Amino acid sequence: MKSVFHTEGITKVYDTGEVQVFALRGVDLDIYAGEMTVLLGASGSGKSTLLNILGGLDRATEGRAYFKELELTAMKERKLTVYRRDHVGFVFQFYNLVPSLTARENVALVTEISPNPMRPEEALAMVGLEKRIDHFPAELSGGEQQRVAIARAIAKRPEVLLCDEPTGALDSKTGVKVLEALTRINQELGTSTVVITHNAAIQNMAHRVIFFADGRITDVKVNDTRLLPHEIEW
Amino acid sequence: MQAFNKKLVRDFWRLWAQSLAIALVLACGVMILVIAIGVERSLTETQSAFYERNRFADIFASATRAPNNLKREIEQISGVSVVETRITQFAILGLEGITEPAVARLVSLPPSGEPLLNVPNLTAGRMPTPEATKEVVVNETFALANDFQPGDSFYATLNGQKQLLTITGTALSPEFIYLIGPGAMMPDDQRFGVIWMGYDPLASAFDLGGAFNDVSLRLTRDANPQIVQDELEKLLVPYGGTSPYGRDLQSSHMFLDSELTQLRAMGKSIPPLFFVISAFLVNMVLGRLISLEREQIGLFKAVGYSDLAISWHYVKLAIGIGLFGVILGWAIGVSAGYALATYYTVFFHFPYLIYVNSPDTYAISGLAGIAAAVIGAMRSVLKTTKLSPAVAMSPPAPTRFKQNIFDKLGHMLGARQPVMMIIRSITRWPMRASLTALGISMSVATMIASLFMFDSVDVLMESAFFQSNRQQVTLSLAQPQSRAVLADVENLSGVLRAEGMRTVAAKLSNGHLSRLVGVEGRDPGMDLSRVLDARNSKIVFPEQGVVISDRLANHLDAVIGDELEMEVLQGQRGTYRVAVTGIIQKYFGIGAYMDLDFLSALLQQQPLVNAVNVSIDATRIEELYSDVKSAPNIGGIVRWDQIRQGFSDTIAESSSVTTTIYSLIASLIVVGVVYNSARILLSERARELASLRILGFTRSEVSFILMGELIFLTIVAIPIGFMIGYALAGLIVSSFSSDMFTLPLHVSRGTYGYAGIVAFTASTASALLVSRRVNRLDLVAVMKTRE
Ligand SMILES: Nc1ncnc2c1ncn2[C@@H]1O[C@H](COP(=O)(O)OP(=O)(O)OP(=O)(O)O)[C@@H](O)[C@H]1O
Ligand SMILES: [Mg+2]
Repeated sequence: MKSVFHTEGITKVYDTGEVQVFALRGVDLDIYAGEMTVLLGASGSGKSTLLNILGGLDRATEGRAYFKELELTAMKERKLTVYRRDHVGFVFQFYNLVPSLTARENVALVTEISPNPMRPEEALAMVGLEKRIDHFPAELSGGEQQRVAIARAIAKRPEVLLCDEPTGALDSKTGVKVLEALTRINQELGTSTVVITHNAAIQNMAHRVIFFADGRITDVKVNDTRLLPHEIEW
Repeated sequence: MQAFNKKLVRDFWRLWAQSLAIALVLACGVMILVIAIGVERSLTETQSAFYERNRFADIFASATRAPNNLKREIEQISGVSVVETRITQFAILGLEGITEPAVARLVSLPPSGEPLLNVPNLTAGRMPTPEATKEVVVNETFALANDFQPGDSFYATLNGQKQLLTITGTALSPEFIYLIGPGAMMPDDQRFGVIWMGYDPLASAFDLGGAFNDVSLRLTRDANPQIVQDELEKLLVPYGGTSPYGRDLQSSHMFLDSELTQLRAMGKSIPPLFFVISAFLVNMVLGRLISLEREQIGLFKAVGYSDLAISWHYVKLAIGIGLFGVILGWAIGVSAGYALATYYTVFFHFPYLIYVNSPDTYAISGLAGIAAAVIGAMRSVLKTTKLSPAVAMSPPAPTRFKQNIFDKLGHMLGARQPVMMIIRSITRWPMRASLTALGISMSVATMIASLFMFDSVDVLMESAFFQSNRQQVTLSLAQPQSRAVLADVENLSGVLRAEGMRTVAAKLSNGHLSRLVGVEGRDPGMDLSRVLDARNSKIVFPEQGVVISDRLANHLDAVIGDELEMEVLQGQRGTYRVAVTGIIQKYFGIGAYMDLDFLSALLQQQPLVNAVNVSIDATRIEELYSDVKSAPNIGGIVRWDQIRQGFSDTIAESSSVTTTIYSLIASLIVVGVVYNSARILLSERARELASLRILGFTRSEVSFILMGELIFLTIVAIPIGFMIGYALAGLIVSSFSSDMFTLPLHVSRGTYGYAGIVAFTASTASALLVSRRVNRLDLVAVMKTRE
């Protein structure tokens, strides 16, 4: 299988004056095309740090990270911006929608600047929000807002979708809807998807689960059978 | 409380750039207040000290020839405490080094040698001895301009007799604090001076033995000036007296007083503008700070701090900003004030300057500045008291947006989402957007309201110097003469054309309203000096009646067709009735005009002229000067080319300084407004903008959202500023206009353009400064927190 992400000895050190915090201590990892990966681990184990480096939001202190042939760790800020614009979709715990734009416009924000996007309506339909197209974020529930954020992330047909605790702020029923949207996109568009979660139940819907502790990968598990989102309970 | 104060210091430190931007605007207001009050008081104080110590007279009058024993009768008028009678005349001087003739006002000293009133203040040398006939004291500025020392001599033509006079000293007088030659528009220290000399030599030169032609008096404390003036006039009329006048019409006092009035007006009108803008900025910045600190405020309340303690905390922050501005304003004000006060002594000649630097100036301006900051803080501070601890602890409800008409417009035009964000931000907070725009408009208006002066003066100069007065030289005749004198003048060297006119001092009345004016009699053929209408074409005066300036028409409440009473105050006095046959606009002075033949017929005289306008062959000007210096019947000379040059030079000089100062002040306003607006927009949108960066928007695309709003507001604000500026200019023109001159209201395209460009540049620069912070947005941190 072809890998979309490949890392070699990624280390991240936060220098906070007196103490040095080691967020990552040498991570070697491959994420394969089309797969859905779940990152599991205790709070502070370095999951978000890794995801941010892969997404071009943050820089490693040492080591190399590649997106296909692109060496992310060698790129300047300007190149990273273009990389994010063209290849990556992000979904965060706190949605981060623009409050002054409607659902459709939030999605259009991205489709307007990408080379090969879908129509905003199409993206919103994929997450089941075709009826709430002209609503502002303040008029949507948390789950709906998160689904708009997903529609916004996938509308440009990114190769990778990086999700940091996408269900963290949601109850289980709405959480399931969000996970359904992610699974559907992974299947229909073949988008490689990385999901960070604290919720061990969610690991059952992944192709592969990567366990994190103290800045290192401690274990990798391949699921032979995957559960559908509505079969997951928490 | 300790912790609270630490927070205060940190808040202040964190807000330093925004505080500075506000403090600079506030400092402008404080500075102008300090300067205006300080300079005005200093000049007033110096003026009254000089008037008192050197016994400046209260009432002035002149006559043709009044016997010296009339003085005793004048002293009998009740209310008169001191009377001084003198001879005053004009003389043409031949000075080495300058070819063109200078003119001097001659003032006699009493036989005792010591004047009782209007006492010259010797600045060098000594007074002439009473028996010396060729010794004189000259005014200091004239001596300085011509490099004269006590002991130097020069020639003067007194009533046709050339005399060599020797300077024994130099002096300054309360009568000539502002010294301007007859017919001149600018002081010219080199070519116009005052000469004090003994009574006897003057009386014999001008055939005034045993007589005087000028009287000044000081009143007792309880005197009624009007009654004294009326009594004095009655005594002087048989001797060709003119109407007595008080200090308010004395030329030097009038100029100084109008300057002081302007300073007072400036102190009252300009600083409040800055205080209002500062208050608005404090309101904006504190409002944002408090909404960011809702949760902290809730916490403070929950742990038991009182509303008062919390309010006081934020008020202290405002006071801090206010104090910052006030101290800055004081610091600049105190040095600039002294500099400006000394600058005034270039035009106003005092022997000394009493610089008043009283504490209350600082108290007033300081209180005003701090009050502005505190008032600005009030709205937001009151909001903190309304927050209940529980509400304050939960995050504010998300801002609700609604689709509106502007959105439809945006969609129709296919606007991209960043543009939609700008549109929604403006329409969601229209009040804030309008206030920001208004701040920018006010800065544009400030520039226009100050810089339009140069445009107006241009129009004035073009009209007064190039269209109306095309003669190079005006000669005034010692006595009115028949038109035959024009042929004599044309025979002087270099003269190409000579045109005569007649000026008669008269009192024009309509019912109980009256004014003293010079009535000009003009020939229809006059082409050098012309009176123009609004469209710059020459007015030919009707064969009958009087044409008056619009200002005079207002004073007299007269319209075309009204009949005025004209009381001639010179020579053969008499009272006549004339109809108003026209009303014209006039920039300099209030005037009245008649056809020369009509005027002569009215006065039952042969047509006479007492001023001759001359066009000359410029290459032969020196010859003309030497002819004029020895011509007995020419009493004065006005050189228009020099007036033009002097005027342009003065304007050009003050133009660059004024333009720089006002551009700086206006830029400070723009920076204060735009910088703070941008910081607040950035603070409110940091999260949103960081999300866009994560989505792959470049730095400049993100900056556009921030700057786009402000630049859009700037572009809207500039034309509004043009309109406000034009309206302010109109107010200024009407408040400036006096009987001395009327300023035309004219704002050139260049001024509009300049003000627009300065405001736009300052605005863009401040927005850019803030948008550099977009680069420093921490993308990772933003994602971790809930708003
Ligand atoms: N800006 C920072 N400065 C200093 N230390 C930091 C910073 N950001 C993260 N860290 C530290 O790096 C480590 C890894 O953080 P990271 O956010 O990657 O953890 P995480 O696995 O995502 O945790 P969680 O599940 O709670 O989100 C933590 O110990 C954290 O304290
Ligand atoms: Mg995390």
